[in-house]
Amino acid sequence: MSLKIVVLAKQVPDTRNVGPDAMTEQGTINRAALPAVFNPEDLNALEQALRLKDQFPGSTISVLTMGLPKSAEVVREALYRGADEGFVVTDRPLGGADTLATSYTLAQAVKKIGDYDIILGGRQAIDGDTAQVGPQIAEKLGLTQVTYAEEILSLDEKARKVVIRRHIDGGVETVEAPLPLVVTVNGSAAPCRPRSAKRLMKFKNATVVAERKPEDAEKYEALIAKKPYLNIPQWGAADIDADPAQIGKAGSPTNVKAVKNIVFKAKESRTLTASDADVEGLIKELLDGKIIG
Amino acid sequence: MNNVFVYCEIEGTTIVDVSLELLSKGRKLANTLGVQLECICAGKGLDGIEKQVFPYGVDKVHVFDAEGLFPYTTNPHASLVVNLFKEEQPQICLLGATVIGRDLGPRISSAMHSGLTADCTELEIDSFEMSIGGVKKFYENQLCQIRPAFGGNIVATIVNPEHRPQMATVREGVMKKEIVDPNYKGEVIKHDVAKYVPETEYVVKVLERHVEKAKHNLKGAPIVVAGGYGMGSKENFDMLFELAKELHAEVGASRAAIDAGFADHDRQIGQTGVTVRPKVYIACGISGQIQHLAGMQDSGIIISVNSDPDAPINAIADYVINGTVEEVIPKMIKYYKANNK
Repeated sequence: MSLKIVVLAKQVPDTRNVGPDAMTEQGTINRAALPAVFNPEDLNALEQALRLKDQFPGSTISVLTMGLPKSAEVVREALYRGADEGFVVTDRPLGGADTLATSYTLAQAVKKIGDYDIILGGRQAIDGDTAQVGPQIAEKLGLTQVTYAEEILSLDEKARKVVIRRHIDGGVETVEAPLPLVVTVNGSAAPCRPRSAKRLMKFKNATVVAERKPEDAEKYEALIAKKPYLNIPQWGAADIDADPAQIGKAGSPTNVKAVKNIVFKAKESRTLTASDADVEGLIKELLDGKIIG
Repeated sequence: MNNVFVYCEIEGTTIVDVSLELLSKGRKLANTLGVQLECICAGKGLDGIEKQVFPYGVDKVHVFDAEGLFPYTTNPHASLVVNLFKEEQPQICLLGATVIGRDLGPRISSAMHSGLTADCTELEIDSFEMSIGGVKKFYENQLCQIRPAFGGNIVATIVNPEHRPQMATVREGVMKKEIVDPNYKGEVIKHDVAKYVPETEYVVKVLERHVEKAKHNLKGAPIVVAGGYGMGSKENFDMLFELAKELHAEVGASRAAIDAGFADHDRQIGQTGVTVRPKVYIACGISGQIQHLAGMQDSGIIISVNSDPDAPINAIADYVINGTVEEVIPKMIKYYKANNK
């Protein structure tokens, strides 16, 4: 028996290593200074998928992402690490989507993939930290969900049930849930295995149409005729049969009313050095004022 | 109809703090709007649960008491909230940004096709003119959901004027818990759970559950020693535990320090972590991204230890020590020991 697994992945700016040049002088994000990375918890999700595939040989892992054409990078990365195929949803009308419009779009794409037993994704993406898209996709597909998963402990294919350990506030719990199911994986789950050199060689030239220069069209056509797996399918809004009213800005109930640059009122602060006298002076002052001690 | 709702999270038969904090905020929003505050309590063995919420000024408690409703699982709770909301048409719904709130909130917002803003640091009512989809309109009494946005000192105000309910999650400790009147009396409505939750929704079984009391009390600590990415290493970070032990303080961390593996996730201070208001906050090697400042700016005395004299956190500090953490922290320990008699 084998499983059909879908992994949801997102390419995000790497907010974990924000250097001094992460901001422009105007106070906006300097995207060029932040490398785009595979959202960390989506990698944890991919590892859970790969473990299921190890356990149920013949299973397939389809990676699905939405974003700019260059987000095909996360699909390639997933292919290097053991995914079987990938899809990139990219289209101008999809831009400006909030979590609800994003989850609608991804749910439509999952429907196009069609057959699935389990949909895995990271708990949240580091550029927004909302943790909303997973549960919203589950709701749109009429499935139940297990969020904050740390490990898929067992999967019974006959009974169509899976047992999962998940993080809860102040502890852990083990739940049994029916397939098909949406699972969002927590950062405390096992890290993802590295790339396989063989798979890297095989897939390094895999692309979506939008990444290819027009003058190379013929080259790619010949390449893909020989090696069809080098074509990563690219889907637009029409391909996934998306209702224009539910995607992008139009499908987003939330609106940004204002963005404000915060200037903190500078306090009258006292500046000290690291000298013994300064540090001891401060400690004494705090002790004398019964502020500490 | 069109009231303010709070989903109360219940551990066993006790309503958790963040829900009580949201009731206090909800009460104020309801007063501004001139509407009622209602709340949902779903679990099992909830007789008398209303006593826990009335002092916060709740006008109506919706009680859903049934065997399958504790421990929490997604579908039954989502189902009862969504079905109740279809009848009650609330204008605002607040949830804690807890594991449960973050599991349930998006499910409800998807089913209701309404907007949900995560981890708000402020909520207020405002009226304004706005153009949505090219149509300019005046919107009265909208919920402004304020949260720091990614990248620097930017705070975004999110509104969802065309959809109801307006939903927001808020972390524990962000809003203040305030009793309105210990004798406040509202109405208790005990619902027939089967009418709101079809039997087929009980699909997930909790096999085992283990909840521990928190290992530390960051939120209530009078002194917090917090470290950032500037601590440089886990070994250096451990000096903070030493300092904290001397000062009887708790140790917190910025998100960057946690991502670097210097400290556990549950010690994170900031918008997506814990909000603290200690008497003394000692920030060590913390530059002071707005997400961090959102979680500590109301501290009494702020001491910043940083080798960068231009670290943004210095602007809100009462004392700035220009120096490396390696040099300053051992000295703080030494002179505290020497002078505290």
